[in-house]
Amino acid sequence: MKLELSRVVKGSRLGVLKGLGRMGQHSLEVPGCLVYTHFGTVPHLTQDTLRTLKNLPSVTQVTLSDIAEHQEVLEEFRDGFRKFAGLPDTVLYCSLHDPAATSPTGYTTNKTVSVWGSGGRIELTVAKFMALQKTVQPDWYQSMADGETWQNNTSRKRVRKSVDRTLAHLDECLLVHQNSQELEGVEVFGMVEGGDILEERIRSARETAKRPVAGFCLDGLQTGSLQQDLRTQLTAAVTKELPENKPRLLQGVGRPDEVLACVEAGVDLFEGFFPFQVTERGCALCFSFDISPDSERAVLELNEERDAAGDLQQNGDLDEPTKMTYFEMNLKDKRYQGDFRPLVEGCGCYCCKNHQRAYLHHLLVTNELLAGVLLMIHNTSHYHSFFGALREALANDKLDLLKRRVLGRPGQTERKE
Amino acid sequence: MSLKKALKAASPLTLRIVAECQVTKARACDLILPHCSVSTPVFMPVGTQGTLKGITVDQLEGLGCQICLGNTYHLGMRPGSDLIEKASGLHGFMNWKRNLLTDSGGFQMVSLVELSEVTEDGVKFRSPYDGKEILLSPEKSISIQNSLGSDIMMQLDDVVSSTVTGPRVEEAMHRSIRWLDRCIAANKNPDKQNLFAIIQGGLNAELRKACLDEMTQRNVPGFAIGGLSGGEEKDDFWRMVTLSTDYLPREKPRYLMGVGYAVDLVVCVALGCDMFDCVFPTRTARFGSALVPWGSLQVKHKQYAKDFQPIDPDCQCPTCKRHSRAYLHALFKSDTAAMHHITIHNIAYQLSLMHSVRQSILEGRFPEFIQMFMKRMFPSRDQYPSWAVDALASVNVKLE
Repeated sequence: MKLELSRVVKGSRLGVLKGLGRMGQHSLEVPGCLVYTHFGTVPHLTQDTLRTLKNLPSVTQVTLSDIAEHQEVLEEFRDGFRKFAGLPDTVLYCSLHDPAATSPTGYTTNKTVSVWGSGGRIELTVAKFMALQKTVQPDWYQSMADGETWQNNTSRKRVRKSVDRTLAHLDECLLVHQNSQELEGVEVFGMVEGGDILEERIRSARETAKRPVAGFCLDGLQTGSLQQDLRTQLTAAVTKELPENKPRLLQGVGRPDEVLACVEAGVDLFEGFFPFQVTERGCALCFSFDISPDSERAVLELNEERDAAGDLQQNGDLDEPTKMTYFEMNLKDKRYQGDFRPLVEGCGCYCCKNHQRAYLHHLLVTNELLAGVLLMIHNTSHYHSFFGALREALANDKLDLLKRRVLGRPGQTERKE
Repeated sequence: MSLKKALKAASPLTLRIVAECQVTKARACDLILPHCSVSTPVFMPVGTQGTLKGITVDQLEGLGCQICLGNTYHLGMRPGSDLIEKASGLHGFMNWKRNLLTDSGGFQMVSLVELSEVTEDGVKFRSPYDGKEILLSPEKSISIQNSLGSDIMMQLDDVVSSTVTGPRVEEAMHRSIRWLDRCIAANKNPDKQNLFAIIQGGLNAELRKACLDEMTQRNVPGFAIGGLSGGEEKDDFWRMVTLSTDYLPREKPRYLMGVGYAVDLVVCVALGCDMFDCVFPTRTARFGSALVPWGSLQVKHKQYAKDFQPIDPDCQCPTCKRHSRAYLHALFKSDTAAMHHITIHNIAYQLSLMHSVRQSILEGRFPEFIQMFMKRMFPSRDQYPSWAVDALASVNVKLE
């Protein structure tokens, strides 16, 4: 894995992660995001429907919370998760937890962490964790970590313990890794912990950077755990400590406004779970990221939809991750009942090319499964296109314009009433 | 121009009989409808609310489906016929480019809605959404179906459970005939939409015969056999089917309503039916039941957790080409896409079964096909259901 940065603009990094996969045949542009899955399947989508999406990222994320309970099956299968799941040629990244689900806390010990699958809690030691990696056979995985510091009022002592434990887990993982033929050529991402305590964050970053890891995961900063200002500050402090030539993945953050702020704080990669959360609440992403010269009109139209979602909360209370955001429209709303426009005018996704808001509204009110399928197609397409626009903006010095587009100008949007 | 020709030109349906089995009453036809030609015998998947359970229209088209169903009762309630009409009909609303058949709404009314009351005017019921009293009359049913713009509409019939006996069955049969006439008169688009009559008469041969006599005198483009597949004895079921096909005109399509189990399909094709529909293949899929030539396979059962074969190694559907039983078994615990995979497989199974049936009719080997089909479906001869043995014997196929 090799990160080639082409530009760094005020902390934001533009580049390409090259040499991915066992053969080194894949690459991933940064800032970028991974393909989010449930057990290797993009939620609601079969391969037929997934393949209607153009330019999907080359890296697919799977989680041990989905996989751990099937360890025995995978061991018997022997050929790794990618083949087991019938995945096409993709880079496989294995993480511990599902970024769209909150795990209960209080189950972590010095030697173990727990993941929650459909059958309940599964406790992992480093030995079990590494045995799982050997059966999954990913291209990258994150090392085992104690990430239970995201709750408010976690004590300094608990945060320090989480940093220590996570480093100890990493050392143990690396030891097993280096002695495992099956994991030859597989990359390890080190986990940066430290809760909301700056010194612990810096200590975690510095210590992890000393180890032979391919990249870093920033843990415990997810949406809902702390304000964006603090997240930005901690993230920037951490990335300053990390080597420039290795990728940084921020876990649990997916809202477009938070993504933009964190990219400026030096983050390269995000998990792609946000479109799934939007889909589950029956909403469609509709924010504009069009930075072409004559995009003004389209932006105004989109803002009409967004007015219904309320203003962007920039300094308000912490948002519940399940709460509707400023970036989406609620298709269950009665005003879409007779609306025969596509979800987003000009969107090239399968849903927008074939279906209308009125149909999606109907599918949602009748609880039809196709609603999830079509929304997931649109939301995934829209979200990945946003990352494309972000890279384009960085390449052409238009980040400020993009931010204005994405964040809107609260108070100045034309209200149509 | 003769009267017969003029009538034929008026109805937007042409049935070309391509081959007839020399042994049984089976036939293979090309049914030409406004949106495309349908190869019969045909199984029609059911898309109740204007969507086929998690499957996109492109996927459905990719599976080779040429006609599917929508439900008038559900769609008339939500989103309502006005809205669908504005969306250029159900085809436009769901963006389905091929044929649609809509039912009359009467069956759902009687089976789903409590407090429904049947009078000569129609079916009176209370809306489950706003509590208002609504009358579904033959005129109203056709008016909704005209708005939906389906290629085939069904008459409103007086539905009685197939297990009911006595005067109510006779009353329902006569009323269905009167309602057929009202439906024919109410159809605003006879040049674009075909209206099918529904033969009633319960399990009483004389009533069925009387209904057939009356209805076949009406100028309708096709006939359905109704009032069956509702829990009656299979012995009664097949006798009513074969009686109906005996009296239905050869040159018009015959649609057996609510039939979709593989064995029933094969037997009823032998008895002369062309079209079938049933929610079973798609409903059962969502519970993890995959249809296979030897019956069904319960993907969620533990025994498949480490089974790395496809559902059916001979199946060419997208699910079987990519995924194993073990993966689908595990996926059922993580994501709804598992249901979609089985739904796709089951539709593919139904369509491919009917395709094989048709091929065998075209090639003059349908009786042999039946023998092979039964051998594969049942572990031994003594497990063949006796009704199927009798029904097939009645059309000269003696199961080995």
